[in-house]
Amino acid sequence: MSQTGLRIYPSKPSKVYFYATCLLDLLDPDGGIAAIELIEREGVEVIWVEKQSCCGQPAYTSGYQEQAKTVALSQMALFPEDHPIVVMSGSCAGMMFKHYPHLFANDDIYADQAEAFAERVFEFSEFLAHICRAKLHDQGPLTSVVLHTSCSGRRELGIHASSQALLSQLDKVELKKAEYESECCGFGGSFSLRHSEISQAMVEDKARHLQGSGASYLVSADWGCLANINGHLAYRGEASRFNGQHLASFLWQRTKGAKA
Amino acid sequence: MSVQHYYPSQFKQQASDALANQTLRSNFRGAMDYLQQKRKDAFSDPQELAQLREHAENIRQRCLSKLPQLLEQLEKNCQANGIQVHWAEDAKQAQQLIAELIQSQGATKVVKGKSMVTEEIELNQHLEGLGIECVESDMGEYIVQLAKETPSHIIMPAIHKNKQQVADLFKQHIKDFDYTLSVDKLIQTGREALRTKFKQAEVGISGVNFAVAETGTLCLVENEGNGRMTTTVPPVHIAVTGIEKVVEFLSDVPPLFSILTRSATGQHITTYFNMISGPRRAPERDGPSEVHLVLLDNGRSQAYADEALRKTLQCIRCGACMNHCPVYTRVGGHAYGTTYPGPIGKIISPHLQGLAQTSDLVTASSLCGACEEVCPVKIPIPSLLQRLRHDAKLPAAEQTPSLKGQASAASWTEHTAWRMWAWLSTHPSIYNWAMAVGVKLAKYLPMPMGEWTRCRNKPELASQTFHQTMKRRASKSVTRSATGGAR
Ligand code: SF4
Repeated sequence: MSQTGLRIYPSKPSKVYFYATCLLDLLDPDGGIAAIELIEREGVEVIWVEKQSCCGQPAYTSGYQEQAKTVALSQMALFPEDHPIVVMSGSCAGMMFKHYPHLFANDDIYADQAEAFAERVFEFSEFLAHICRAKLHDQGPLTSVVLHTSCSGRRELGIHASSQALLSQLDKVELKKAEYESECCGFGGSFSLRHSEISQAMVEDKARHLQGSGASYLVSADWGCLANINGHLAYRGEASRFNGQHLASFLWQRTKGAKA
Repeated sequence: MSVQHYYPSQFKQQASDALANQTLRSNFRGAMDYLQQKRKDAFSDPQELAQLREHAENIRQRCLSKLPQLLEQLEKNCQANGIQVHWAEDAKQAQQLIAELIQSQGATKVVKGKSMVTEEIELNQHLEGLGIECVESDMGEYIVQLAKETPSHIIMPAIHKNKQQVADLFKQHIKDFDYTLSVDKLIQTGREALRTKFKQAEVGISGVNFAVAETGTLCLVENEGNGRMTTTVPPVHIAVTGIEKVVEFLSDVPPLFSILTRSATGQHITTYFNMISGPRRAPERDGPSEVHLVLLDNGRSQAYADEALRKTLQCIRCGACMNHCPVYTRVGGHAYGTTYPGPIGKIISPHLQGLAQTSDLVTASSLCGACEEVCPVKIPIPSLLQRLRHDAKLPAAEQTPSLKGQASAASWTEHTAWRMWAWLSTHPSIYNWAMAVGVKLAKYLPMPMGEWTRCRNKPELASQTFHQTMKRRASKSVTRSATGGAR
């Protein structure tokens, strides 16, 4: 499996599993609904597995691999059939795609299962752009948007271009570029708490560069980054002007009147 | 002369000080932007780059897989060439060994080329204690030495200083310095000051970039010519290297050399490339009459012993990981308190200094992966960081004796908290209930989020969770319970 974005994609399935991720669960249920609407509009049935909780990444990046494994096993068991699993955050998708196989690499019983599971994991924008090959029909007024690509989307999954590909289909939306686009926003899970001063320096720069793009909207396909950047914008009292939203919400708002 | 000291155990404080220093921050940002661009220009074809990296990684892995044999072969072939080979297990042994070699010559004046491994063993301070003057001959190192500091970057030791600061230093230390901010003139001034030192030196010390087992050749990559002077002018040359720098064949060198310089400074080739294969021979008219090679372990065999951690030793010290690291860019090299800063420092220092001292370093990464993306030999730095985080946290009973300082960051409360988290995450009905209650009560809870709210507002929780929203959603989507797995 490569990190170069050269994954070979399957053809559009009839059904997918939906993995909402814990941040979407707590912070942005509407983003989840928007994503489901978009997928359903492509003629794909969405299976929501209620028992899902967390992908295990927080424990994994904190050095608690045993706990991460326990949680990973429980999640893998929730998706028994062969449908693709659409994940709403780059970092959770990266965890399932790249790190589940790592976690179980030397495990006689689960190594193959983790590999097979990872093969079925697709991040939301990746799924919509590369597997559904969605054609989007823009219904909104003229505006501009800046995209924040996440590090895991970029470097663990190699899919930073897929959000861009979707946005660039919106013909009344100008896609603006931010400086230092590929640089981390400084979230990094527990990093933002353990090394909060460094994290602060990073998110301050990120927010400044995003705003410097002059775009009216900020979107990202990763709620980890968004929680960080939005939190900082709110702290500076600038959230109302430039509050980041999930790519799915933006795409759905722009295209909901349209047919697939 | 006592050098300004920094410690990895003080990382947080040192990082905090660095963040508050605006000059330092702008010096680093400017320098890193420049180096990133240079590297980008040097690798304009992504496919070629991918092939080069693959090739370089293969070479390094092959050589490491035979490390013990290659070291023996290197020793044999060096000796056949007239190079005297010495082994040092740790920093102290290396210091003593080198000091004895110098003292046995009755020497008191030494010049040194840029060598991180001699920084690692704090050679200058040791020699100075013995009354031996050891002058740095690399311009960056020379500046840093004048400032009584340690290098803040492995390729560009004085990158944290701007020309103004360098000019001020020269004014303080160099007689008759005609104050100027012209970079060319500053370099000229430094060069002239060093010229006399080369002539006076009785011993020259250098590092090694590649030690070739096949031929017993020591390769030295440099730009200033000071490396050539250091290794040829004084009558005795002592080369010092970590044991991992050995390569099998002479033909392994060109691909590594080419990817090293392009990753480091964007240069396709350096101004000088020295190949040292022994002391001056009978009819030859120049070169040292003695060449010594000191091979240093200092914790490297600990990394070698573990298949995953061994990848750390693939490093060819190009510094690209630093140049692209968002943390390094903001705090600079000194904050780390280690000889090797930045991403490589975070994974190599635990072997050199133990995890107890360095456990803050292994967490000081957002795991963004920029380092792994640029590393010319494809060291999976983020995965290794996670591995080291794990080792630092291992509860004592699970310790295997492979890594110094294992379990040093273990905390019963933290461990218990993660066990509870794992339990909660595998009990969906309780998990969902807890989340639903959480979003309802959030506004009444004080939620101490200390470090988060340093520069962010508390996250605004939705009025109901996605789980709850989906319960109410009428759609053709199937909401269903899973067949197995989570209890
Ligand atoms: S870890 Fe890789 S990028 Fe960093 S210095 Fe070593 S070779 Fe260069």
